[in-house]
Amino acid sequence: MSGCPFGGGEHDAGQEAPASRLSRRGLLSLAGVGGAGAVAGIAAGLLSHDTLAAVAAPATAGPNDVVPFHGATQAGITTAAQDRLHMAAFDVITEDRATLIQLLKDWTAAAEAMTQGRETGTTGAVDGPYDAPPEDTGEALGLSAGKLTVTFGFGAGLFEKDGKARFGLEGRRPEALIELPHFPGDDLEPNRSGGDIIVQACADDPQVAVHAIRNLARIGFGRVRVRWSQLGFGRTSSTSRQQQTPRNLFGFKDGTNNLKAEDTALLQEHVRAGEGARPEEAWMQGGSYLVARRIRMHIEIWDRTSLREQEQLIGRTKSEGAPLSGGKEFTAPDFSIKGKDGEPLMGMDSHVRLAHADQNDGVRMLRRGYNYTDGSDGLGHLDAGLFFIAFVKDPRTHYVPMQLAMAKEDTLALEYLKHTGSALAAVPPGIQPGGFIGEGLFTMMAGQA
Amino acid sequence: MPLFAMPVSPKPGSAARSRSRHLAVLAAAILPLTLAACTDNNAAAASGPIKVSSTADACTLSTQSTKSGNITFAIQNDGGQVTEFYLLAEDGLRIIAEVENIGPGLTRNLVVTAPAGKYTTACKPGMQGDGIRAAFEVTESGEKPAVDTNIKALTDKGTAQYLSYVKDQTEQLLAGTKEFAKAYAAGEADRARELYAATRMHWERIEPVAESFGDLDPKLDAREADLAPGEEWTGWHRAEKDLFPPAGFAALTAPEREALAAQLVADTEDLAARTRTVELTADKLGNGAKELLDEVATGKVTGEEEIWSHTDLWDFQANVDGARIAFENLRPVLEQKNPELATSLDTKFAALQAELKQHARGEGFVYYNELSQDQVQKLASLVDALGEPLSHLTAAVVL
Repeated sequence: MSGCPFGGGEHDAGQEAPASRLSRRGLLSLAGVGGAGAVAGIAAGLLSHDTLAAVAAPATAGPNDVVPFHGATQAGITTAAQDRLHMAAFDVITEDRATLIQLLKDWTAAAEAMTQGRETGTTGAVDGPYDAPPEDTGEALGLSAGKLTVTFGFGAGLFEKDGKARFGLEGRRPEALIELPHFPGDDLEPNRSGGDIIVQACADDPQVAVHAIRNLARIGFGRVRVRWSQLGFGRTSSTSRQQQTPRNLFGFKDGTNNLKAEDTALLQEHVRAGEGARPEEAWMQGGSYLVARRIRMHIEIWDRTSLREQEQLIGRTKSEGAPLSGGKEFTAPDFSIKGKDGEPLMGMDSHVRLAHADQNDGVRMLRRGYNYTDGSDGLGHLDAGLFFIAFVKDPRTHYVPMQLAMAKEDTLALEYLKHTGSALAAVPPGIQPGGFIGEGLFTMMAGQA
Repeated sequence: MPLFAMPVSPKPGSAARSRSRHLAVLAAAILPLTLAACTDNNAAAASGPIKVSSTADACTLSTQSTKSGNITFAIQNDGGQVTEFYLLAEDGLRIIAEVENIGPGLTRNLVVTAPAGKYTTACKPGMQGDGIRAAFEVTESGEKPAVDTNIKALTDKGTAQYLSYVKDQTEQLLAGTKEFAKAYAAGEADRARELYAATRMHWERIEPVAESFGDLDPKLDAREADLAPGEEWTGWHRAEKDLFPPAGFAALTAPEREALAAQLVADTEDLAARTRTVELTADKLGNGAKELLDEVATGKVTGEEEIWSHTDLWDFQANVDGARIAFENLRPVLEQKNPELATSLDTKFAALQAELKQHARGEGFVYYNELSQDQVQKLASLVDALGEPLSHLTAAVVL
């Protein structure tokens, strides 16, 4: 694994990864080598898989499209937002603690492999017994890692069901992992909401993201079942100053003022979870809380709205994204500057004003949403909108108050948006090689049996 | 909102495509004149909008003359204060068109239809005083003049008619509400159910006007799902749930009903009082019509407005009525400015109304939950067919 700055660990950990395994990225590299004619006579058809793998292995060290899996925090939060999303929520159908822990270990191994551009399992998509179904589903063969990140979070349902603790996790549910209140206008569909474990897979290639969720679902059969899943295309936030601000399906730049990976102090203050109120929830320290909201946009109605109204509802120009108080995209909005009628140029009900930290006790969030379309609504309209994702330190202070205000006062929300799905998850901190996702939660507390 | 003017945002090159094409044709026609009259500025004129740069002490136009017809000014605020731009009559008093509230650094377009003549332009940085003025000339293009001199009179007449309509509907709403409230408070549930949908139609016909009083709309028309935790629920839909209760619903007590009924009447009286002083302009009528169709598309055709009584088609009809009246009040103006749009709207209103009539029963309609999916789809599709051209009504009448 020479040249791979983060790839060494998982092999040292001694899990799986036999030498004969054919790398997905290896295939790609090999094709490149052969095509360039640099290695005379090499053609896939002439070589056994083992030979291929031997040739291919060193080439897996591609630096640019692999995001490190291990670290103090999980990848997929401050990672520069990739272009595509596949998120899924799973309900855990076993009540056995050891089974759950094994599932998390299995998922960790698979996520680790896939994020590095490798296949899942020990024999991957094509190297297993001829009479057995392949371990890896195979649709990502030949594709690069695509900057895949797989981020896991735990919903309230993992801790309790019908008022009873599950998996010996009495007292371990963090207080911040609340039940979100009903927000005005909510029209949540149960089969698009909740879930015991939420998995966010993001990649620059939709097939890679889908492959990740599909394989995790397959590994989980018998232990979990998919509760809902959501595809997203077109990131609606930038999470790094290297990235341009993208546009949502209203056609406006979205997330101009988002927290960025470079804002380390602000991330600590607004995104990273603290140690919590009780020792039993210290396992979340360094983690974060993921809020997911499926927000249907009435885009047909929006498209019939004058540009004047569109800009006033948002509070920014559509062309550049400059605040209506003047300047350019990144100019801070001036909420006090007034127009001729004595009303602020940034309207009192404008989205930017209501969402701005200045109007929300200085609270910030890291947004990481995606545009979505899911076919039609049966009435001739696209079922399209924003799959809102935010990572926050504590939803009680960093999401609920702002969303309540927006749901009541934001004309944009009242007239053009409808929340149809919702989930909240405690995203544990990252792990080191050899560990498994959420291991801190399953470490016995002093005094526990 | 000025009459005759429709500020739009700048989109050099890629703006609304049909408009760009139109402007290109216009610019080509202008070229010979600008070459002769104003050589320095022909490039700017030929490339589309007349560029205006507004600074603290200057108001620079890319040309001082153009040909009659649709004229677009792109006003860039190059100063540090909020600015505005005016096109005034030659006397410098009468406002032909204006665009306000342009923040520093921003650009906004002003599209105006102007006949040949002498005019005055003015930038007003800081929105104070007379502004920085200059003469501006519009020469005859030979195109059929788009503007009838009576437009203002026609517009004023249309808005006055609509105001009367609003007043009339409000009075009927108040009378109906009192009758409903009396029956409901007295526990005459059958009578209240009978009055419920028919009375609400007066509300639904003028909903955008009622909604403009932000605090009254939630008090009178909030659905249960619209409430924040702990918020008190008043208005029509609370009575609806009580009158058409879902299984397991605990009926309101007699005192609760009395209180709800009294509040409903009080809030409606408040509404009636406030509508007496409401001011309407052509753009409010146009936007109101569009919003009524939006309401149909998002709330009524989906059956979400009346989830307990299923009387959505009454609301549907009322929204369409309100939109149609606004359109008809503006039609004399629209016929001057865009007769094709007027014809299209006539056809589409008629088609939707004909379909809606299919579902009439007695004095009212069938219940929403009696409609088949096919019937709902057909209605939805006709709503969209009407909604799209209706969304162009405002720009067409105020340009």
